[in-house]
Amino acid sequence: MSEATPADTIRCDACPVLCYIKRGYTGACDRYANHEGQLVRVDPHILLDRAKSQGAPLVPFLEREGEWDGKLGKETFLTAIGAGTTYPDYKPAPFIVSSVVEGVDLVTVVTEGIFSYCGVKLKIDTDRHLGPERNFVRTQGETVGHVTTAEYGSQMLSIGGVRHLTGGTKSEGRVTCETLLDLCNGKEVELTIDEGAAVRVASGQPPVVNGQPEERMRVGCGSATIGMFAKQWFGKVDDVVVVDDHITGVLSEHQAGKMLGVRESGISIKGRRSTAGRYFQVANPGTGWGGTDISDPLKILNLFKPKVAWPKLRLLMVSTTGEQFAYYELDEALRPIEKDLPDALRESVVRIRENCEPALTTVLFMAGAGGSLRAGVTVNPVKLTDSVKHSITRVTCGGAPAYIWPGGGITFMVDVARMPENAFGYVPTPALVAPIEFTLSKTDYALLGGHMDYVRPLEAVLREKERQREVAFSPANPWPLRPRKSGGPEE
Amino acid sequence: MRELPVIRMLPDQRRLHLNDGPIDVIVEANGAPQPVQSAYEAAARRFVTILDELCAELPLLRTRASLNAPRPSGSIARTMAAAVAPFREEHFITPMAAVAGAVAEAVLAAMTGASVLERAYVNNGGDIALHLAEGQRYTIGMVERPDRRSLFGTFEISAQLPIRGVATSGWRGRSFSLGIADAVTILAETAAKADAAATIVANAVDLPGHPAIARMPACEIAPDSDLGDLLVTRGVGALFGREIERALDAGEAVANRLRQEGLICGAALSLKGNVRVFPPVAPRLASKGAPRSLVHA
Repeated sequence: MSEATPADTIRCDACPVLCYIKRGYTGACDRYANHEGQLVRVDPHILLDRAKSQGAPLVPFLEREGEWDGKLGKETFLTAIGAGTTYPDYKPAPFIVSSVVEGVDLVTVVTEGIFSYCGVKLKIDTDRHLGPERNFVRTQGETVGHVTTAEYGSQMLSIGGVRHLTGGTKSEGRVTCETLLDLCNGKEVELTIDEGAAVRVASGQPPVVNGQPEERMRVGCGSATIGMFAKQWFGKVDDVVVVDDHITGVLSEHQAGKMLGVRESGISIKGRRSTAGRYFQVANPGTGWGGTDISDPLKILNLFKPKVAWPKLRLLMVSTTGEQFAYYELDEALRPIEKDLPDALRESVVRIRENCEPALTTVLFMAGAGGSLRAGVTVNPVKLTDSVKHSITRVTCGGAPAYIWPGGGITFMVDVARMPENAFGYVPTPALVAPIEFTLSKTDYALLGGHMDYVRPLEAVLREKERQREVAFSPANPWPLRPRKSGGPEE
Repeated sequence: MRELPVIRMLPDQRRLHLNDGPIDVIVEANGAPQPVQSAYEAAARRFVTILDELCAELPLLRTRASLNAPRPSGSIARTMAAAVAPFREEHFITPMAAVAGAVAEAVLAAMTGASVLERAYVNNGGDIALHLAEGQRYTIGMVERPDRRSLFGTFEISAQLPIRGVATSGWRGRSFSLGIADAVTILAETAAKADAAATIVANAVDLPGHPAIARMPACEIAPDSDLGDLLVTRGVGALFGREIERALDAGEAVANRLRQEGLICGAALSLKGNVRVFPPVAPRLASKGAPRSLVHA
């Protein structure tokens, strides 16, 4: 962030050089500039290049100026990353470019939006308790968001929003902006939750909860696992214990086992019985079986009841993620003796494992395109809203598809993992700078009162503009200039 | 907010790109794959602390070099101070005049310390440190203006020459210049020495008081510039041929002296398409282009 200093000079803190930058100049790096008193990034303008993406990973084109010959041997989409903004509002967007796709004249309005109304929604795949709902989430001691709903296998956090950005203290706004920027640019952020956990999160990476990296999402708790797989075990084994730090399940006692007619096995589990076949606190939390601290699963068993159990009884013990398993048969003294896992059971263990997806943190950026940004597109901003609502105008962020909320305004969400790297910037207001592109047919653009005098062919823009950088288009995204299915809604 | 350094391979999968704040470095090493890999890892490890090391004593590094100035403590900072020391009596110069070259040297030293390489270069924004094993050579291209791709000639640098540093300075570059040279390229024993000398020679290519030259106090452009209120060149208007020659003469006189003192091995001076070259060996000049003359020392 930067602090204001007299005489139109701002201080950049993007690096420890801490340049003082005068209005209209750049810092020592040439990448940060003082634009109208605001610190802005002046990184090269990003082009998405579809040909480059064929099988290749997303690799930024890093050469400096002069590498791009302006020829279009492939399909190119001009993103808003590095495009600049419409400030002070009444100006047309910095780039309004036309291209012909399958015989249709398309216009893409390319701008960087300055968003004070913005934030991210974090989905953190974990079963650990991160903190009570509604409690504050902090970075560097400042409140930057709150705990919202728990979802299946995940905890949602809301970070940012205008009330933290501009509604609190200066420091709260600065730290919130910094946190949002880092999360949106894929960097790791450490968050602490009041009366809860400390988590380290980064888009597309496993969350680290209280120093413990999450690896896989459980298929369910031990009890749920019994329910899901009971039928596949029935007849192949006499009893199954699914070891779980939360709820350990026992097939023969569980409702699912009873329904199938599984015979009582005489098994006895340490820990606190909750309901039939469900046990709490079979061990302490840890990094062993099913999130407990045990490495030998027999430690959670008491002796088998001699009146009920029988020699050769077959017992499977497995963790909730299928990562640990052991198979036993009882000897004449009813002691479990470990044996090789029969092939008939192997499949069920593998299936438990398969159903445990990698635990990740996902970051959705959410913001509203205000009147000023829309004015850069059309002289009658509400028409852009209508056009977006009716799927006539396609909205992308750095070429990635955006979900548009129903209702008024243009409030959108985008998965930052689908955008080119470092697509976000900030201004010290504080607010985030995010790329946004509006693509529609030239005819429709004229109809909604577009700045037709400013429409320029893509090729001309590519030839003229300095500091462009090509980035391979992510094949996971739909091509932003793909033809629209006639009549149908946007997929 | 502090951005983290960038460490990555360029799309050609041969060159390493390192960036941290204003430092932007391209590295390439040649040799067996494993030593090259180790060298790149060593380069990255060394690189990540450099900016913080320098910034820790930035005020001192931005202070005019003098006999009485405190000695900086960082190893790169000391290389910088040593590189500018020969000029401090007669010129205004700060250790920052050698920062790019000194950083390039430090990264190269980390690489050659970790691996046996055939050859390697560390190009820090045009200031280049070279490593050449016996029998190896590099061809260095020269540009008339650093902001344009306009190769006008090449130098061959072979292992038996004492040259391991190449640096370019001029008013169009990212750093300020007191002179009007479009580009002055210096060949020297080390990158830091070349960097400091390029600054001095580029400052000397000048026409003091000429009305076609726009100058401005450095601090009015960058408030924290090490050049303070010294006038730096912001634009060079039309000049007569004899004026160009006069400016180049002034630069050449300084370059000649530095060469006699053993501070540099060679130089190329460029102003409005006119080029003077002091070759350590005869350079190959591109066939077409502006008038140029070889200078024989």
